[in-house]
Amino acid sequence: MDPGAASGGAAPGSGPAPGPGPREGGRATAVRLGLMAVPLVFFALFFAYPVGAIVGRGLDTDAGWRFGRIGEVLARPDIIGVLWFTTWQALASTVLTLLIALPGAYVFARFEFPGKQLLRAVVTVPFVLPTVVVGTAFLALVGRGGLLDELWGVRLDTTVWAILLAHVFFNYAVVVRSVGGLWAQLDPRQEEAARVLGAGRFAAWRRVTLPALAPAVAAASLMVFLFTFTSFGVVQILGGPAYSTLEVEVYRQTAQLLDLATAAVLTMVQFAAVGLILAVHARTVRKRETALRLVDPGRTAHPPRGWAQRSLLGGVLLTVALLIVLPLGVLVERSFDAPGGYGLAFYRALQDEGAGGGTFLVPPMEAIGNSLEYALAATAIALVVGGLAAAALTRRAGRFVRGFDALLMLPLGVSAVTVGFGFLITLDEPPLDLRTSWILVPLAQALVGVPFVVRTMLPVLRAVDGRLREAAAVLGASPLRAWREVDLPLVRRALLIAAGFAFAVSLGEFGATVFIARPDEPTLPVAVARLLGRAGELNYGQAMALSTILMLVCAVSLLVLERLRPDKTSGEF
Amino acid sequence: MTLLQLDGVSVRFGERAVVDSVDLAVAEHETVCVLGPSGSGKSTLLRVVAGLQRVSAGRVLLDGADQAGVPVHRRGVGLMFQDHQLFPHRDVGGNVAFGLRMRGSGRDESAGRVAELLELVGLPGARGRAVASLSGGEQQRVALARALAPSPRLLMLDEPLGQLDRGLRERLVVELQGLFSRLGTTVLAVTHDQGEAFALADRVVVMRDGRIAQAGTPLEVWQRPASEFVARFLGFENVVPATVSAGVAATPWGKVPVPDGSPEGERLVLIRPAGVLLTDDGLRCAVESRTFRGTHVALLLRPEAGPSLEAECGLAGAPAVGDRVTVAFAPAEVVVLPTP
Repeated sequence: MDPGAASGGAAPGSGPAPGPGPREGGRATAVRLGLMAVPLVFFALFFAYPVGAIVGRGLDTDAGWRFGRIGEVLARPDIIGVLWFTTWQALASTVLTLLIALPGAYVFARFEFPGKQLLRAVVTVPFVLPTVVVGTAFLALVGRGGLLDELWGVRLDTTVWAILLAHVFFNYAVVVRSVGGLWAQLDPRQEEAARVLGAGRFAAWRRVTLPALAPAVAAASLMVFLFTFTSFGVVQILGGPAYSTLEVEVYRQTAQLLDLATAAVLTMVQFAAVGLILAVHARTVRKRETALRLVDPGRTAHPPRGWAQRSLLGGVLLTVALLIVLPLGVLVERSFDAPGGYGLAFYRALQDEGAGGGTFLVPPMEAIGNSLEYALAATAIALVVGGLAAAALTRRAGRFVRGFDALLMLPLGVSAVTVGFGFLITLDEPPLDLRTSWILVPLAQALVGVPFVVRTMLPVLRAVDGRLREAAAVLGASPLRAWREVDLPLVRRALLIAAGFAFAVSLGEFGATVFIARPDEPTLPVAVARLLGRAGELNYGQAMALSTILMLVCAVSLLVLERLRPDKTSGEF
Repeated sequence: MTLLQLDGVSVRFGERAVVDSVDLAVAEHETVCVLGPSGSGKSTLLRVVAGLQRVSAGRVLLDGADQAGVPVHRRGVGLMFQDHQLFPHRDVGGNVAFGLRMRGSGRDESAGRVAELLELVGLPGARGRAVASLSGGEQQRVALARALAPSPRLLMLDEPLGQLDRGLRERLVVELQGLFSRLGTTVLAVTHDQGEAFALADRVVVMRDGRIAQAGTPLEVWQRPASEFVARFLGFENVVPATVSAGVAATPWGKVPVPDGSPEGERLVLIRPAGVLLTDDGLRCAVESRTFRGTHVALLLRPEAGPSLEAECGLAGAPAVGDRVTVAFAPAEVVVLPTP
């Protein structure tokens, strides 16, 4: 063994990589802190401060801090109901997603069939779709006057089934991509080795493949649980008055009942739960990093053989068709299904100033431009903040860095409603008087974009062999030049993918934007929600049309991403 | 003139000294090979000279100038990494031209130099090829061309031929040797392969646990290993304690003649296999195994007294396993080592 390995050197890969001397260690820490400064300030100002202010406002009364309120609120039967529903629907959604998506993961990992690339893109579309669109699509399928209602008189909206189905729709890709991505890279010869040693087909799978896959399955499950536990748009649109998750309840308490104390307690409960989920997730992911023998996915896939494999493939294709293609198809169909026959009537109405029965001060079509502008700005912010954070995290991970890592994930799970409302009440006085500034919306959207940027960039940055940088230095490149010549070209693609994700996520952000977007400058999801909130066929049709446009914008950015995505670095999402 | 000088260089990782007070000088146009098992600190030595590794103590001088505080990219040395570290996002030409670009060479100038170097390493016309499409041997040549391109005052090679197969390795050793003497390059190489070191080097430095165990010409080191460690590292197993007096060593194998002028007293004695001769009279042994080595047959003998003994004999008349033979010892192949 070479000396460097013992001291835990910085460079990954084999060979000598001695650790830094004491002085170098000091400088590395300084560099890391410098890189972290921007993300830290960003999170302090635009995340911790607003969220903290909301919590404070709820609990800090004239009579001092009243922590007793926590107990009071948590003892209320309606709140217990919300907590119970939030948890069990998340569990049910997760289990259902796993049941439906794991066969899909297997099929994508091991089978080669025509149109596989396209199908992979199709199943990923829902993941980048705004929750509002997902809700709307399912409303068009199972809601009042929806397809099932028309055909058989079946309505599932305001039932929990609509919510569960929408959650599966939304998270199918999370399981297929992360579990399937790993599955495709597991060397089938490991199973063959077990077979040769006397294990039966199932025993070989259970003893060899399953243990290798289990951490990935666990990590994906936790992500699904996290997303469904904090679900807002879907439940808001499909749940009706009967069903409310924590996040929806926070919104109701804040925006409708103005009960800030209850909202604060619920925010803290959600914060704690999300923190717990993320901690468990971080542990699971770390376990997943244990050495697996990974091979080129292209070598492990083969065309399906025999009736069993063909019917499995058929089943998965049918599932995708019913679960994913159908709702999106119905959404598009409804957007053209105008009273006077199929046509562009709803789309034309979107250009109308008086659309939405006076809900809007501007034609809804303008929301497209607003959304694009906001999303571009948010993407730029997320890239700078997330890029710097990823660069800082690339350096050798200590306990401190791992904590920072988890901190960056928090915005994914912390109530967006709280963030949005927090923005309103904290960023309204000098020197940070941003209430009337357009930058407020991109800032909130960037907050959810950053975790995606970090998650996409980090594996790629970590994979850059430190000795390539050394090779450049020996050849005469200064540290900055070496970064530009070596790191930047290698991560350029990941940077584009991260930008795409941040863009799609910003485009669809709803929970925070709904609070802070100005009435005369709505974003697409906000406009959709407003249209849905009003009765009338024209409003409904316009919501469908606007959702279709939003879906197209997201799908196009996703398809561009699919082309860019290198096979090896599947990342987390 | 001395180009590189190390004065008492030490590198410590925590408690462990990976390089321990090493003094070493490399003269201009000289090829020095550092030889040692893995973990002996030889790669770290190269990293110290390149400036990639900070020293805990000691000085590194290039052309007489102390390199403390001189960053890697200003040292003007070349380093060929063990696994080449070619830039995957650049083609062959882009890799070779990298150092020239860093020095601000113009496009035409560097294009000419790249062509010249690719010609030199035997890859003419490979300029536009993708790095991933190269075989191991070709990568190695590109890495060499890349390191040579900016004409470094000192070229360092880390296990230059380590990952190549035997035939290619032997051919490249000869090519490199010719190349370096033609270009007049000063070379500091490290390897764990003694064949490579002896073929390439004007001077060999054997390292053990961060210290220099022996330095000398390949012939000196081969003929007169300075210690049991060096002897065993070179592959010699016939090392036993002995009492030397009056030109004879008393060993577990009986009396062994030693060369004139050998030190006397309680010592270790090395008998190279070539010095174990099959004769009609002497130490009686059974043949335990025999291995065909191409030009000769290596025998492992079990003597009636003492530990196993390695011997060599010609292809004709080599004894079979189980045969009984008698051996005598040739003093020219016997080395008296100091006791550790």
